[in-house]
Amino acid sequence: MNSIITAHSIRFVLLVLFQVILFNHINFLGYINPYIYIIFIIFFPIKNNRLLFIFLSFLIGLTVDMFSDSGGIHAAASVFIAYTRPVFLKFAFGTMYEHNNVKFNNNDFGAKLVYIALLTVLHHIILFSLEIFSISRILMVFQKTLFSGIFTILMITLVSIIFSRKH
Amino acid sequence: MQQIINFIIRNKNFLLFVLLFGIALIFTIQSHSYHKSKFVNSANFLSGGVYNSVNNVSSYFNLKTQNELLAAENKRLNELLFNTKIDTNAIVLDSTSGLNYKYTTANVIRNSYNLSDNFLLINKGINDSIHQDFGVISSLGLVGIIDNVSNNYATVISILNSKSSISVKLKKSGHIGSLTWNGNSPNIIQLTDVEKIAPVSEGDTIVTSGQSSIFPKNIPVGTVINLKLDATENFYEIDVKLFNDMTNLEHVYIIENTEKQEIEILLENTNE
Repeated sequence: MNSIITAHSIRFVLLVLFQVILFNHINFLGYINPYIYIIFIIFFPIKNNRLLFIFLSFLIGLTVDMFSDSGGIHAAASVFIAYTRPVFLKFAFGTMYEHNNVKFNNNDFGAKLVYIALLTVLHHIILFSLEIFSISRILMVFQKTLFSGIFTILMITLVSIIFSRKH
Repeated sequence: MQQIINFIIRNKNFLLFVLLFGIALIFTIQSHSYHKSKFVNSANFLSGGVYNSVNNVSSYFNLKTQNELLAAENKRLNELLFNTKIDTNAIVLDSTSGLNYKYTTANVIRNSYNLSDNFLLINKGINDSIHQDFGVISSLGLVGIIDNVSNNYATVISILNSKSSISVKLKKSGHIGSLTWNGNSPNIIQLTDVEKIAPVSEGDTIVTSGQSSIFPKNIPVGTVINLKLDATENFYEIDVKLFNDMTNLEHVYIIENTEKQEIEILLENTNE
């Protein structure tokens, strides 16, 4: 139990640091950045306490907000995808989720990709609509969601392949 | 009572979600109004310290360009100094009188320019007598206005921020307008509220107007590259190309107007 808490604390700190030091400054084509810290939310163990999970998601979003002076946009987007995650788990993994044996390491790749993509797109739409905060520039919200979303999905898939433990 | 407690226990996930989402939305809405983002900002010892240690390393990568910028500024200042007609050997009776603007140097330890509300973080704070609403410029032009201050760090509302609005004028004719940003390109900024009768044309220089009591007069801003009348046909909408490269800032100057308090008290009394 203790090792799980330590592992997740280290993962939390490392993801925030990588996000604010490295990935917030990529600015590919001027404005495209991946938001890889949501790996923490996407691959959080499913059987764990949901209250704790929602609170930790809020905390990781708020920490990223603090570092990037963005008010509460990351916190809002993170807590939203954390709360709605079961819906997407059910959609992507189907009966496996209902039988409580979804393990992120040994699932088929397609289902995992769908799951990552849906959560990322939802996160980015909330993030960018709160960031831009004006209906007259809604096209820019979609544009940023699309391009940053592709980048984030790519990065998260790569990270999950590299760090997946094969048994 | 029993039922209320049961309801809370049954819906505890949803209630926590609504609470946290609400808090996040409040922070977001606060950050969209000027000088209200009190709770969540990067001017604290944790994020300031992290960015400071990262900047200690990353500042080496553009030392050469920064040195060239500083050398170019020294050249300009030396030219001013040695070509001036005023006799610099004359005895100055009181060097502190007439010193309206105090300058402090600072380093930018975090810069952002890709969001629609951009902030910078600089490594000077209350310990260096830096306070809210001081102006920040670089050797080439405007940078922004100090927002939140902690003991050793301060955040700066960049001119690339939808909240920023700075009073500027046409250098040639003195017509004033205000500088805003539409969030598209970090090199091009918008000038609005310039009267239709103003003789403005492409290539004109824009400088600060000195009306805001934050910036002194005649700090260079940029040149006009594109102009058209707005929907009401009374004012110009002008695109201004900045002299300053906002994507490559390292050394900046903080300007304190020592008479600001006096001006503000006077204005307040006049408005009553």
